[in-house]
Amino acid sequence: MEEELLEDILASFKGKRYELVPILQEVQDNLGYLPEKAMLDIARFVGVPESHVYSVASFYAQFRLLPLGRKRVAVCRGTACHIRGAPQILSTIVKTIDLKEGETSDDLEYTLETVACIGCCALAPCIRINREVSGDMTPEKAKGLFLVKEGGEDVE
Amino acid sequence: MSNKRNTVLVCQGTGCVSGGSEQVFSLLKDEIEDSGHAEDILIKRTGCHGFCQQGPLIVIEPEGIFYTKVKTEDMPEIIQALLPGGKPTERLLYRDPITDKPIPHYREIPFYNKQERTILKHCGYIDPEDINDYLEIGGYKALRKAISEMTPEGVISEVKGSGLRGLGGAGFPTGRKWESCRNVYGEIKYVVCNADEGDPGAFQDRSVMEGNPHSVIEGIIIAAYAIGAEKGFIYVRAEYPLAVNRLKIAIEQARQEGLLGNHILDSDFSFDLEIFQGAGAFVCGESTALVRSIEGKRGMPKVMPRPRTTEEGLWNKPTLLNNVKTFANIPLIISNGSEWFAQRGTEKSKGTAVFSLTGKVTNCGLIEVPMGATLRKIIFDIGGGVPGGKAFKAVQTGGPSGGCLPADMIDIPVDFDSLTKAGSIMGSGGLVVMDEDTCMVDVARYFLDFTQRESCGQCIPCRLGTRQMFEILDDITKGKGRHGDIDLLVELSESIKRSSICGLGKTAPNPVLTTLRYFRDEYEAHIHEKRCPAGVCMMQEENE
Ligand SMILES: Cc1cc2nc3c(=O)[nH]c(=O)nc-3n(C[C@H](O)[C@H](O)[C@H](O)COP(=O)(O)O)c2cc1C
Ligand code: SF4
Ligand code: SF4
Ligand code: FES
Ligand code: FES
Repeated sequence: MEEELLEDILASFKGKRYELVPILQEVQDNLGYLPEKAMLDIARFVGVPESHVYSVASFYAQFRLLPLGRKRVAVCRGTACHIRGAPQILSTIVKTIDLKEGETSDDLEYTLETVACIGCCALAPCIRINREVSGDMTPEKAKGLFLVKEGGEDVE
Repeated sequence: MSNKRNTVLVCQGTGCVSGGSEQVFSLLKDEIEDSGHAEDILIKRTGCHGFCQQGPLIVIEPEGIFYTKVKTEDMPEIIQALLPGGKPTERLLYRDPITDKPIPHYREIPFYNKQERTILKHCGYIDPEDINDYLEIGGYKALRKAISEMTPEGVISEVKGSGLRGLGGAGFPTGRKWESCRNVYGEIKYVVCNADEGDPGAFQDRSVMEGNPHSVIEGIIIAAYAIGAEKGFIYVRAEYPLAVNRLKIAIEQARQEGLLGNHILDSDFSFDLEIFQGAGAFVCGESTALVRSIEGKRGMPKVMPRPRTTEEGLWNKPTLLNNVKTFANIPLIISNGSEWFAQRGTEKSKGTAVFSLTGKVTNCGLIEVPMGATLRKIIFDIGGGVPGGKAFKAVQTGGPSGGCLPADMIDIPVDFDSLTKAGSIMGSGGLVVMDEDTCMVDVARYFLDFTQRESCGQCIPCRLGTRQMFEILDDITKGKGRHGDIDLLVELSESIKRSSICGLGKTAPNPVLTTLRYFRDEYEAHIHEKRCPAGVCMMQEENE
């Protein structure tokens, strides 16, 4: 299935070198990350060395080389959020879901990341779970988000 | 704007959407239909209205009734109030933070009436997903005028005359940049809009794109006409899905109206525009890195000596790069003339400045003031000062390239040159207020953490120097600071500034240098007394 999806995606591009970043974005959007096999196929498709695809993919913060959890939790570490208590939000979430920054849980439920800025700075501090942004966070509210969503299961 | 009795504007900027305004919008639409009053009442989606902190926002025109923190449960009351004889729902009105009195109309709220909204004027009033709204307020008239009445040289001379300076941070005169790009010989030229908005803590470019995307697109098309380009790109961060989506819709609508594509407005001029999504690297906001990134390479700045992007940019062709807000000013200048534009601002910084006002300030949001307005006006008159009775301590502008200015500089005018003189920079529009509970060493550590993560690594002083500075600052905030650390920070700063090839490295030490200049005592308390005066840093006492 992954193979077919990849083929479909590639079929919608011309195979030009400058399409590399948009292709990687499209593939990641669909597969959630960039599997090694996909990067090899992409390299052949746009006609560049495999190492070039890898070097581009590893350069940009957006790209993930490992599978991600179903819930991607992104804690904003932008200036506005930092000043208004983002470090405490991050440490609360680290404790609540028992993951460190950059880690994915073994059951692929969560990935915990930090991001430079979500662009919702007036509501700082902010977090984003998948596409949904929540502002005006407090450690209690942050904890609550996971307790409610999990019905208390995942948390001691 | 319409012949209906009332227009209900429901903010659908990113801030309000995060508070649930999409649900509010669709529920309100349905319920108005059901109530049988759809004839009299128009429900409209808008981009950011500015006062995101009070969102989700609803504004009811023509009166300008301003509802804050609206939830779906409030719909029955809001609808009731809209019916003949209805009175505004007091519960949802904005309250003066000091007197607690409700202020029903946004025009009476200091946050709004102390501003001079120019490029933001229509953000929050027009539907960004409907080109007709933009056309109704005179949109694309400037493009029409440029193409049918002005030569490209005439357009450039108007922009030069206005005194507009680039709003991406450096403040380079826009007209001069256009002129040099026009004068470079080349069959193929490109126009690129820099919408990377890498400053963490700023959202003004995003809000302009989400609230009035056509104003940016119109500015880009006029620029293309002026320099003779047939192809352009908007380089926008992938983290801004709403902005990307609205720009896509706007581009498509402009194409259908004959405003983009072949023979624009039946003239000989053809131009098309594409969106390129940046993949999240701060350094890609730098012109040569941005160009490489569009070409499908790692976004690393070109090494010195390098030609100017205006001469050799995308695929080595002459390329004009300007910021989102720079482009958004262009239609206004062409329509109203350079003299109109130059009325606002100071001698050397014309026009207005847009800021994302955030941090420890009562009113957070998106604001616009004439260049030269004082920090006091922004932070106290518009921002309402620091909440919770705390003391104002500092303000940060310019993001990771900028600096922190202390409370006693509150009366300096905000323009390119005054901020640079004070050790900070204008930047692209982040303005973060700090109070007595903010530790300035922690702030410096925070920014160096950011730059050492984002350094592309080509220049050794930038890659290793910022990391070393971060480690020293990290130690200081943990109570492990040593005598001589301050001198070492200054020394490292100088060498990084001197030998970095791009602006990221050249400006990375600024947050440290300005905090050292204005808050040296805080560094000393951390290092010598193992004490954080603001009570932020966790000192590990056991260190010797
Ligand atoms: C590290 C770095 C990051 C930058 N990020 C941005 C950005 O996010 N947006 C922007 O408009 N300009 C950014 N700039 C400035 C651009 O290089 C360029 O000067 C600007 O886009 C030109 O537009 P203007 O003349 O309209 O200001 C950045 C510069 C550097 C060195
Ligand atoms: S050695 Fe490290 S810093 Fe240097 S180019 Fe390679 S990845 Fe970048
Ligand atoms: S100064 Fe820093 S970010 Fe800029 S090119 Fe050099 S290493 Fe890269
Ligand atoms: S700083 Fe956190 S959303 Fe911008
Ligand atoms: S997003 Fe609604 S006011 Fe800014």
